[in-house]
Amino acid sequence: MAASPAAAADASGRTTEDMMRLVEPLIPALRRYARTLLRDRANADDLVQDCLERVVTYWHQRRSTATARAWVFTILHNLAMSRLRQGARRGFPVPLEDVEEAAMALPPDQDHGLRRQELLRALDCLPEEQRSVLLLVSVEDLSYAETAAALDIPLGTVMSRLARAREKLLRETEVNPAGPTPRPSLRRVK
Amino acid sequence: MSDRPITEEDLHAYVDDDLDAFRRSEVEAYLAQHPDAASRVSAFAEQRQALRSALAPFAEAPVPPELDLARIIAARRRPARSIWRSAAAAVVLFAAGAAGGWFMHPPAEPASGIAALAQEAAANYAVYAPDYMHPVELRAADRGELLRWVSQRLHRPIAAPDLSQSGYRFMGGRLVATAHGPAALFLYDDDHGTRLAMLIRPMADQRNTPMSLHAQGPVSGFAWADRGLGYSLVADASPQTLNPLADEARRQIDSKAAS
Repeated sequence: MAASPAAAADASGRTTEDMMRLVEPLIPALRRYARTLLRDRANADDLVQDCLERVVTYWHQRRSTATARAWVFTILHNLAMSRLRQGARRGFPVPLEDVEEAAMALPPDQDHGLRRQELLRALDCLPEEQRSVLLLVSVEDLSYAETAAALDIPLGTVMSRLARAREKLLRETEVNPAGPTPRPSLRRVK
Repeated sequence: MSDRPITEEDLHAYVDDDLDAFRRSEVEAYLAQHPDAASRVSAFAEQRQALRSALAPFAEAPVPPELDLARIIAARRRPARSIWRSAAAAVVLFAAGAAGGWFMHPPAEPASGIAALAQEAAANYAVYAPDYMHPVELRAADRGELLRWVSQRLHRPIAAPDLSQSGYRFMGGRLVATAHGPAALFLYDDDHGTRLAMLIRPMADQRNTPMSLHAQGPVSGFAWADRGLGYSLVADASPQTLNPLADEARRQIDSKAAS
């Protein structure tokens, strides 16, 4: 099947081959974002599956000029927010930690593992709106403009949420200058 | 050097590599002279790196087969035979759900008026909006035929609001069954696959009602009655998102009726 010249000129094309090429490599990142927002792995994978279904259905009629990465993340984010609204009516969120994976990821020195947990806990404490911005920008490599489009907020709001998220995370995870805190259960008093 | 002062935003954009080369060099020059700013920037950069490595394990786990894109694409292309099977399954599930609901909550007074309409709209949304094979029976291209069909069955002229200005395309629709007789169901979607459903049917009570919000799980809806017809717009979206769309739909319906 020959692509029309117009379709060929489109950097992020609309054929099924383009979809495989552009979307498949994103799946690990989609799982990570879903997992970080929803916390639970089964829910997160279910969400990613939902997202991929939509991607497959809408790929050919995608009008937006956004990159495939930004477009797919927008779909995932909207679905995640819908699930979170649903979950908020149902009960308690589980903390963003997973014994199995924490063990898997545990690097040789234990101090590093503690700091990872501390960081995940601090991330958990951020307001939802700041967390999304921080993750899309810092971890998922969306540009500021793409993040603004994905979250449907002005660019200035992206900037201010990002700054607030980073400041808050720094305050929460600031390491004790005397060395790593031996007892992570103690909360720092601000 | 440009005259633009270096802002807080520039510092973050520097960390995220979201600056053009010229601005980037300006920020670098600024950081060389402002150790305080430089140490904040390096703290942000470290934090960025720490976040990436902390979350990396979530991306590294092997991808389960359900998330195999090629498989999802192939499933979408299955022969038409299975459409009937899934349609039949949907009917059975819908009937089972309705029956389950009926038996489990018999004493509660049956919803009537606008509340019943909102429930019917939510039930139809739950069946048709997630359907990626046959969400509508007549597509947008057959709009004329669709409107003639539902108008004839509802015994009055039915129009489908145009929500394209708000970013929602008309997908088409179908005639559906409700506890109060036939209704018209129209579906809309946006570029990201968010779908809206609008249910329209005659109301026994001819009085007009103000617009009211109904929420069931993540699905919210706005329903109202006007000149003997009930309207309910539902979507898997927050009421804040849906409200302006419902207002727009009502405005169009009002202006059509007035003309």
